Amino acid sequence: MSTTEQARPVAPMTTRQVASRRRRASAAKLWREFRASASGMSGLIFLGVVILLAILAPVIADRSMLDVTQLTDQPRFAPPSWEHPMGTDHQGRELWVRMIWGARTSLLVGVAATAMSMIIGTLVGMAAGHFTGVAGGVIMRFVDFFLVLPSLVLAIVLSSVLSRGVLTIVIAIGVTSWAATARLVRAQTLAVEARPYVERSQVLGAGHWHIIGKHLFPAVLPLVLANTTLTVGSAIIAESTLAFLGLGDPTQQSWGTILKDSMDVSAATSGYWWYVVIPGLAIVLVVLAFTLVGRTFEAIVNPTLRSR
Amino acid sequence: MTDTITPVNAEVHDEKLAEESPTRSSFLGYFGTKLGGALISLVMVVLLGFFAFRVLPGDPVRRIAQERPMSPEQIAELRRQYGLDKPVTQQFLDYLVNIFTGNLGESYVYRTPVSELIGQYLGPTLLLTGTSAIIAIALGLWLGQRAAWRNGSLFDKIATGTSLTLWSVPTFWLALILLMIFGGTLRWFPTGGMVSPGVEPGTFDYVVDVARHMVLPVVTMVAVVFAQYLMVMRASLLEEKSSDYLTTARAKGLRDDLVRRRHAVPNALLPTVTLVFMHIGGLVAGAVTVETVFSWPGLGKLTYEAISGPDMPLLQGTFVVFSTIIIVMNLIADLIYRQLDPRVRRA
Repeated sequence: MSTTEQARPVAPMTTRQVASRRRRASAAKLWREFRASASGMSGLIFLGVVILLAILAPVIADRSMLDVTQLTDQPRFAPPSWEHPMGTDHQGRELWVRMIWGARTSLLVGVAATAMSMIIGTLVGMAAGHFTGVAGGVIMRFVDFFLVLPSLVLAIVLSSVLSRGVLTIVIAIGVTSWAATARLVRAQTLAVEARPYVERSQVLGAGHWHIIGKHLFPAVLPLVLANTTLTVGSAIIAESTLAFLGLGDPTQQSWGTILKDSMDVSAATSGYWWYVVIPGLAIVLVVLAFTLVGRTFEAIVNPTLRSR
Repeated sequence: MTDTITPVNAEVHDEKLAEESPTRSSFLGYFGTKLGGALISLVMVVLLGFFAFRVLPGDPVRRIAQERPMSPEQIAELRRQYGLDKPVTQQFLDYLVNIFTGNLGESYVYRTPVSELIGQYLGPTLLLTGTSAIIAIALGLWLGQRAAWRNGSLFDKIATGTSLTLWSVPTFWLALILLMIFGGTLRWFPTGGMVSPGVEPGTFDYVVDVARHMVLPVVTMVAVVFAQYLMVMRASLLEEKSSDYLTTARAKGLRDDLVRRRHAVPNALLPTVTLVFMHIGGLVAGAVTVETVFSWPGLGKLTYEAISGPDMPLLQGTFVVFSTIIIVMNLIADLIYRQLDPRVRRA
C-alpha cells in the first residue's frame, strides 16, 4: 500500500488515488468495527502494554540484574513479596526482570516466525490457486504433506540440526507452520479467480505476475492479516515449547527458557509455584490476547464467520 | 501443542469437502489415489530424514562436538561411524537400504539399535495417546454439538471461552501445573513414570498402578486437544443448522432433540471426522512434552532424550516413526470418510 502512495502523481484523482482513497476509507471502517468489539479491544490494549514493557525492558531493569555473578547476596527461591514482587529463581535473579526481558525474545520470535510463515503460506497458496493443472497439483501435494506432519516434530528436527540461536528457532517455526495459511489462501484465490474482473484482466492480456500482484494479492490480504494475529499466538507457544525442550538460545531470556529452568530444578514438585505459574500465565494471557484480536479481525473481514 | 499450533479454521474443512470431487468412481480408484498420496508423503519423510540430518549446514558431528569436548580422533571416528566420510550419493544409497531393512542406525547414547529402542517405547506412547484421543474426541464432539445447538447460550459461551483459553495454554505448562497441584501438593497421583517399582506385571495391581500413573498425562492431553474438536464440531453443526432439511424435519413435528441427533449431527460429523484425524498429529506432538514432564517411558520422552543427547540417529528414528504413524492415521481418516459419506462413495 505504501508504494502506491509514494508513486502517487500530482494530477488530480488518478486511478491510483481513487484506489488509495478507497483503501484508506475501508481501513477506517475496519477500525471502527474493531473498536466496537469489547473482547478485541481488551486483547489489543493488553498486547500494547506487554509490547511497551518489552521495548522498555533495558530502561526498567538494567541487564546487569540478570548477571548471576553480581547476585551473590540475593536469596534463592524467595517467594513473591514486597521486596521480590515475582519471587526469585534458583540463581537469585528477580523473576520479574527475567519476565520482561523474556517478553522481548518471546514476542520477537512469535512475530518474526509468523511473518515468515505468512510470506511462504501466501506465496505458495496463491501459486497453488492460480496455476491449475499439474503444477497446482504438485504444489498442493507439498502443502498437504506439511499440513499433515505435526510442525513441532519437524521444528524439533530443524532446530536440532541447525546451530542454536534465536534465528534458528524463527526458521524452524516459520518453515513448518505455513501450510494452513497456504490452504486458506488457496481457497480464497480460487474464489477470487472465478470473478469477472480477473477474467477481464486476463482477456486484456494481463500476465501471471500482474494478476497475482494486482488482483489476487489485495483480495487475499485481509484474510492473511487476520490469520497472522491468530498465528502469532501459536508461534509464541511453539517458541516456548522448543525452548522448554532445550532447543532455545541459552544466552537469551525467553518465557520458554524460564520454564525450562524451572523444570530442571523440579520447581513444580518442590513448592516453588511462582517459578512455574508466572511465566506460563504470561504465555497464556498473551496468546489469548492475540487470539481475541485475531478472531475479532477475522470476523470483520470474513462476515460468514460472524455467527461462529 | 503445535498444531495445536494450527487454529481451527472452518475453511480447511469446507475445502476438504470440495476437494472430494465427484469424478472418482470406483473404490479402487479412490483407494489408489489416497494410498498414492500417502506413499508420496512417506517418500518425502524419508528424503527429509536424510537431508535434514546430513545435508543441512549444521554438521551433526560438529554439533555434537560443540556440546561435549572431543579430540580430533574421536571426531574422525564419529564421522566414520555415521558414514559421513563417504560421498553424499553413497551415503544416500546406504540410508535407503538401511531404512527399508528396518535399520535406523545405533543410538549414540544408549548404544543399542534405534529400531529396538523405538520398539520398546512405542507401546506406552500408543497407550497414552490412544486413551487421550478417545476421551478427547468423545468429549469434544459431545460438547461441541451441544454448544452449537444452543448457539449464544450461556453453555455455548462457557464452552467456547474454555476452548479458547485451553487453546492458548502450552501443553507442557498445563502438565507442569497439574503435576504441581496433584502430584506435588496434594500427592493424589504419582509424579512420573508408568509403574511403581516392585509391582508385578500382569497382575490386577499392575493395571491399577499404570492407570494411576496415566491420570495426569491423559488429563493434560485431553484438556489441550478436546477444545479443538469442540470448535470444529461446533462450527460444522452451525453450518448445518440453517439447512432446509432441518426445517422440514421440524415441520413434520419431530422433537428438537431428535432433529439434532438424527438429522443435524450425522451430517455435521462428516467434515469433523477428517479434521479429527488430522489433529491426531497434534496429539502425537503433544506427547513429546507431556511424556517429558511426566517421564512417561514413550517415544516423546525418547525424543527429548535424543535432543538433550544430542543423539542424532535416535532423533532421526523418532522423526521417521512419528511421521509414519501420522501419515497412516490420515490415510485411515480418508478411508473412513468415504465409508461414512455416501455422497463421496456413490458419486
